[in-house]
Amino acid sequence: MSSLQSLDIVRRSATTTPSPQARRAEKEVAKLIDVSSCIGCKACQVACMQWNDLRDDVGSNIGTYDNPRDLSAESWTVMRFSEVETKTQAEETKLEWLIRKDGCMHCADPGCLKACPAPGAIVQYTNGIVDFISEHCIGCGNCITGCPFDVPRISKKDNKAYKCSLCSDRVGVGLEPACVKACPTGAIRFGSKEDMLDFGEERVTDLKERGFAQAAVYDPQGVSGTHVVYVLQHGDKPELYHGLPSNPKISPLVSLWKGIAKPLAVAAMIGAVLTGFFHYMTVGPIENEDDNDEGGKKAPTPEGERV
Amino acid sequence: MTRRYFQRYQRPDRINHWIVAICLFLAGLSGLALFHPSMYWFTNLFGGGPWTRILHPFLGVIMALGFARLFFRFRRDNVLTDADRQWNRTIFALLRGDKGNMPPAGKYNAGQKMMFWTFAISLLVLFVTGFLFWRPWFAHFFPITVVRLAVLLHAFAATMLVLCAIVHVYATIWVKGTLRAMTRGTVSEGWVRKNHPLWYRELTGHD
Repeated sequence: MSSLQSLDIVRRSATTTPSPQARRAEKEVAKLIDVSSCIGCKACQVACMQWNDLRDDVGSNIGTYDNPRDLSAESWTVMRFSEVETKTQAEETKLEWLIRKDGCMHCADPGCLKACPAPGAIVQYTNGIVDFISEHCIGCGNCITGCPFDVPRISKKDNKAYKCSLCSDRVGVGLEPACVKACPTGAIRFGSKEDMLDFGEERVTDLKERGFAQAAVYDPQGVSGTHVVYVLQHGDKPELYHGLPSNPKISPLVSLWKGIAKPLAVAAMIGAVLTGFFHYMTVGPIENEDDNDEGGKKAPTPEGERV
Repeated sequence: MTRRYFQRYQRPDRINHWIVAICLFLAGLSGLALFHPSMYWFTNLFGGGPWTRILHPFLGVIMALGFARLFFRFRRDNVLTDADRQWNRTIFALLRGDKGNMPPAGKYNAGQKMMFWTFAISLLVLFVTGFLFWRPWFAHFFPITVVRLAVLLHAFAATMLVLCAIVHVYATIWVKGTLRAMTRGTVSEGWVRKNHPLWYRELTGHD
């Protein structure tokens, strides 16, 4: 069951008819993650575990602060720590520690939803949140194939796909997501998408004054914008932040597969059956002399001599 | 007058054929269920969405391995020759109902041979690409671009296979007396003379 009412569902996976259109007053929401104010405390990870009742296995130390090492069915958000060398405006090399809270970006044009074959297993609400409805998930992994951000994870325990829900259950009753609530520095904010973009622009102006000339808001238009947006000090090089894609979009292979290929293939198959049917009804079968002897009344019998 | 029959398929070949046919039907239905939402209700035939996802690849593997045996049994009979090119040029006349001008065919005519090779190639593509996104066991070994290419090729090859299967089944309905080759193993003398005159000469030594 989805966290919001069926009237709030704007898009539904593997569904060819429109969703209910009557209720469209809901504003689009967004979570703004200001990477420049993140201190890497992982309070957001803890709050996510706590609210969503998730307990991942204790992992192993790989010599970085990344813990857990990757997103999983039980870890829907993970801090990614990147040590990178950058140039200051005076062309001096400096070491920077970039910490990005990774998780579902809640794309306006979600590749997971497009690729999903199970009706209603992935939905998008009018507020922009993309949610996995586990009871309809069949565990095929197409959402992983479709996602431009490598976010969904299939559980080894139940073969269902999981990812951040942007706390759709909290947002649905007027609360902010758990990670936002827990963030001690105000690096994570939540509100209408419009307000978050405005706030992000203010932060970008501040950062530019502080010497980060390329600071920018990350709201990639290749997926028609996202409902999780970043403020990046180095907005011209998102890849510095643990490989955040600079121009994410649904792969053309996936678009072809889930776009024109579907109706074309089905039309070809139905066309072949109809052609056969009408060919038989017009041109008719090829018969041979054995079909017609004895007036064609008796089917050929096995009593005949075998050669 | 006693009617004569010629053996066309041995018992093991018929069993083999029908295993492949049944798996093609079931893998086809389960695959189509996951390919287009209009056919998602086929999942009800397999015990729901997750069971459809679980069963589909196993059905596909049985089909591909089953076909591999048929392939090695019959590939020599299906080598395309120069005479087959002539047959290809006249197939449209035959489809219009002009049965007189077909060049004589051997055990398999050019259409059957091309069908054989299309089945073989599309099953090979399906078999290989299927592993590349078979979850939960194999997909995570491959880069995401490979997986994306695999799903597209899998869908394309599956469409070719289904189209071939439709033509294959229709040809059996169209050419009377053909079905018993696969149900009883034998075909009538008239059927052989009419449809495969060169094979008839091979079997009897006369036209």
